[in-house]
Amino acid sequence: MQKLVVIGAGMASGRLLEQLFEANPDAYEVTLFNAEPRGNYNRIMLSPVLSGEKSYAEIVTHDDDWYAGNKVTCRFGERVVSVDRERKVVVGEKGEVPYDKLVFGTGSSAFIIPCPGHDLPGVVAFRDLEDTTAMTEASGTPGGRAVVIGGGLLGLEAAAALRMRGMDVTVLHLSGHLMERQLDEAAGYLLQKDLEKRGITVLTKASTKMIQGDGKVESVLLEDGTVLPADIVVMAVGIRPQVQLAKESGLEMGRAIVVDAQMRTSDPSVFAVGECVEFEGNLFGLVAPLYDQAKVLAKTLLDEEDTFKVKQLSTKLKVTGCDLFSAGDFAEGEGREDIVFRDPARGVYKRLVLEGDKLVGAVFYGDTADSNWFFGLIRDGEDVSDMRDTLIFGPSFQGGATADPLSAVAALPPEAEICGCNGVCKGDIVAAIEGGATDLAAIKATTKASASCGTCTGLVEQVLSVTLGDEFVIPTVQPICGCCDLTHEDVRRLIKSKELKSQPAVWQELGWKTVNGCHVCRPAVNFYLLADWPLDYQDDPQSRFVNERNHANIQKDGTYSVMPRMWGGMTDANELRAIADAADKYGAAVKVTGGQRIDLLGVKKEDLPAIWSDLNDAGMVSGHAYSKGLRTVKTCVGSDWCRFGTQDSTGLGIKLEKRLWGSWTPHKVKLAVSGCPRNCAEATCKDVGIICVDSGYQIGVGGAAGMDVKEVERLVDVRTEEEAIDYTVAFIQLYREHAKYLDRPYKWLAKVGLDWVKEQVGDPATRAALIERFDISQSVYQKDPWADHVATRRRLYAPIADLTLEAAE
Amino acid sequence: MSWIDIGHIDDIPARGARVLKTQLGCIGLFRTGDDRVFAVTNTCPHKGGPLSEGIVHGNKVTCPLHNSVFDLETGAGTDGYAIETYPVRVEDGRVLIDGDTLSRRSAA
Ligand SMILES: Cc1cc2nc3c(=O)[nH]c(=O)nc-3n(C[C@H](O)[C@H](O)[C@H](O)COP(=O)(O)OP(=O)(O)OC[C@H]3O[C@@H](n4cnc5c(N)ncnc54)[C@H](O)[C@@H]3O)c2cc1C
Ligand code: HEM
Ligand code: SF4
Ligand code: FES
Repeated sequence: MQKLVVIGAGMASGRLLEQLFEANPDAYEVTLFNAEPRGNYNRIMLSPVLSGEKSYAEIVTHDDDWYAGNKVTCRFGERVVSVDRERKVVVGEKGEVPYDKLVFGTGSSAFIIPCPGHDLPGVVAFRDLEDTTAMTEASGTPGGRAVVIGGGLLGLEAAAALRMRGMDVTVLHLSGHLMERQLDEAAGYLLQKDLEKRGITVLTKASTKMIQGDGKVESVLLEDGTVLPADIVVMAVGIRPQVQLAKESGLEMGRAIVVDAQMRTSDPSVFAVGECVEFEGNLFGLVAPLYDQAKVLAKTLLDEEDTFKVKQLSTKLKVTGCDLFSAGDFAEGEGREDIVFRDPARGVYKRLVLEGDKLVGAVFYGDTADSNWFFGLIRDGEDVSDMRDTLIFGPSFQGGATADPLSAVAALPPEAEICGCNGVCKGDIVAAIEGGATDLAAIKATTKASASCGTCTGLVEQVLSVTLGDEFVIPTVQPICGCCDLTHEDVRRLIKSKELKSQPAVWQELGWKTVNGCHVCRPAVNFYLLADWPLDYQDDPQSRFVNERNHANIQKDGTYSVMPRMWGGMTDANELRAIADAADKYGAAVKVTGGQRIDLLGVKKEDLPAIWSDLNDAGMVSGHAYSKGLRTVKTCVGSDWCRFGTQDSTGLGIKLEKRLWGSWTPHKVKLAVSGCPRNCAEATCKDVGIICVDSGYQIGVGGAAGMDVKEVERLVDVRTEEEAIDYTVAFIQLYREHAKYLDRPYKWLAKVGLDWVKEQVGDPATRAALIERFDISQSVYQKDPWADHVATRRRLYAPIADLTLEAAE
Repeated sequence: MSWIDIGHIDDIPARGARVLKTQLGCIGLFRTGDDRVFAVTNTCPHKGGPLSEGIVHGNKVTCPLHNSVFDLETGAGTDGYAIETYPVRVEDGRVLIDGDTLSRRSAA
């Protein structure tokens, strides 16, 4: 009998031995080394052991009797320290063993981030039974806190298990969404939501700076300064093949032990199997391919022909209640197409990726019932062209089922607010319907829902329809775009009542039919989110049109115009000199604009950061001449200089501009302040125009001087400058909170009515609340984008590379 | 094919683009929300809009000037326009473009 020595009693080598003994029990006399003080167990079931759902005894795959029955010499708890390939002996901690054939099955080890404090007691990995026991013990302390670093498969299974054991768990994840290698943003969002429902805190984009503690773990410090107290820190950021021993034995190595399709290493008597191998550049981290390898290696050792092939893999998460599935490939390749299905009511998201006539990838969340069928289609590369249109509904599709456009509203809980003006929630409306109010007018009369500004009308109608079924026919409405079935007003309202705070949340909960919107809906949704949740949501430059992304106006020849602010139209010699210098330096044309400031035209994109920096140095900031936001405040010279002036119109204009600049609005906003009714600043055709009079200030709103020309309507007359500013700010905030994206104030006013607006800003408490919310938003958005981009995004303005500079061949 | 390393995928904003200057003019390098990378001509066939400044949604881009929409994989566009696509791939995070295609086109 030949002597076979196996290093590592893991899942791969365990399967190998089973296959080998089954095919020919007498071919080899086996010695099995394992560094862990035990034989093979089902490592992937450590998760249920950690959660307490299973015991260790239940996951043992090969017990003492099995090893004895197969006459395996077990050297458990003994590490192999070297291999002498010349003499064909393996050197264990307790002595040598000669071999005819040798198998490496050394697996992987957990990767530990080498940050300060990584070696403190209380920092554990999640790889073997010892780690699992350490975590179980830590969870015994009442009120214990765990921080799990890494939001991948392992980290999340550990987090869910520790939570089940009653710990207070926080998951830190570097990327923007969980399991980013297996899931897309939408599925990652749903997963995070489910985990948060169980009481697990998830922090994405969280980078660990150090682990702190005196003699043992006490807290984790993040790069952004956050400190998270912790009794235990679980590192689950990845694995590394455990191949030091193989390397020292002189075998050919890549990132792991290089093997051929028969699992043979560069030495014909030495083989490798499991996570420690590299095959055709691939590494392995799931058991399915390892079992294939084991089968091939068993054949090879018995001199039979077999070949290992890399197959498609699929992933599931072993956390009860988080049903997710991901398979195949989402990267690279020509001619791909997505099919997306969402059911917000059930929290279901499905995405298929097709390439030509084949399914190449799938991500499901919330409903994975048919995942094996889809995985089969991917693995076998079947032609799916015949069932393309209904593919996403799965194998049992009978025809007819489509996404229900009402499901977002159907999913709302009774306490979700539908009418913001009158504080009417869904439950009130349903009660009214059940009490006999079966049309919009009756609902208005009984509940007041949609009786004020009216923007929630669409939602009230949907509640009617969901409650009454076919008895109520919804008037057809104009959805935002082809990506969804809801109007702008519906989306705005639902963002508030469902507290949707991210783009993936909107796409999922409101049933978007595309992966991430389009150029019509995405800028709108980006605005609604930042207007409603200034502190939770971050503006997304990639959802903005070019001018707002580059903070300059693109011109028809692809160059840009650059326009600094001149507060209230005032400037000085210093600023003018800097503008003149910039015009010379960057070859810009100079134009005095209709907004009382100076435009530098014809600047190249690459030069933008430099010209901004020059203008910043002279004390100037971006004029936002490109933005859906505050543009200019025009003023006249007012009481400072003019013999007719009644108030300091210039001063008020400057104060208003300094208060309002930087804010994003549904569309552009222009103001003017004239010092007397002669109105030299043309204030009566502005979004907000103030005319100074002896008794104070007349505030007009909703003027226009574009394709439509319209005179302002009087909002209010006030006595003091302070009140004039308060009313203006409150009006702008009301507009920010309610108007449809790309409606100028006059269009919005025509929909909601001036009376309603007067009521809102006229009420002292409402006005104060509007001003407060505006100021909160300004605490985030009132910063000069030029300075910001010069500091943080400068490189994006240059080409990624310039191949014209390469030497000619 | 001769692959030229032109940068890291993280040099391109997700759902965004960067410009690559070549002998043939500017090429837009796009990165989609799911981290696929595509190279297409940067110039819109309609009136020359710089496509790299457009909004990227799914695997499409909308021209910033007049809203023509182009498929970044196939180059097919709305309104009967089409744009050139170039072989590009990502390996270990590095973005590689095929140098042969660039020089062949210039010779042609
Ligand atoms: C908690 C957890 C959950 C998982 N869940 C899943 C899942 O759901 N699905 C899935 O497909 N995969 C899962 N995996 C991954 C799966 O467990 C691994 O892919 C698999 O165990 C790898 O098998 P292996 O035989 O290559 O290595 P291992 O099972 O790691 O075995 C290697 C053995 O070699 C020993 N060894 C190493 N060096 C030496 C030496 N010098 N001398 C002696 N002995 C040595 C080690 O002690 C170890 O016991 C999970 C892993 C973990 C940790
Ligand atoms: C892409 C198209 C447009 C470009 C490039 C553009 C450009 C400009 C610029 C650079 C200014 C100077 C503003 C300032 O100093 O901030 C301006 C002013 C003005 N624009 Fe436009 N604009 C465009 C579209 C419009 C539209 C659609 C309207 C009408 C709704 C409009 C109405 C005005 C008015 C009335 C002024 C004068 C402002 C004042 O006197 O206070 N513009 N425009
Ligand atoms: S609006 Fe009145 S105060 Fe202002 S400059 Fe004209 S005339 Fe003078
Ligand atoms: S230049 Fe692209 S659509 Fe007009």
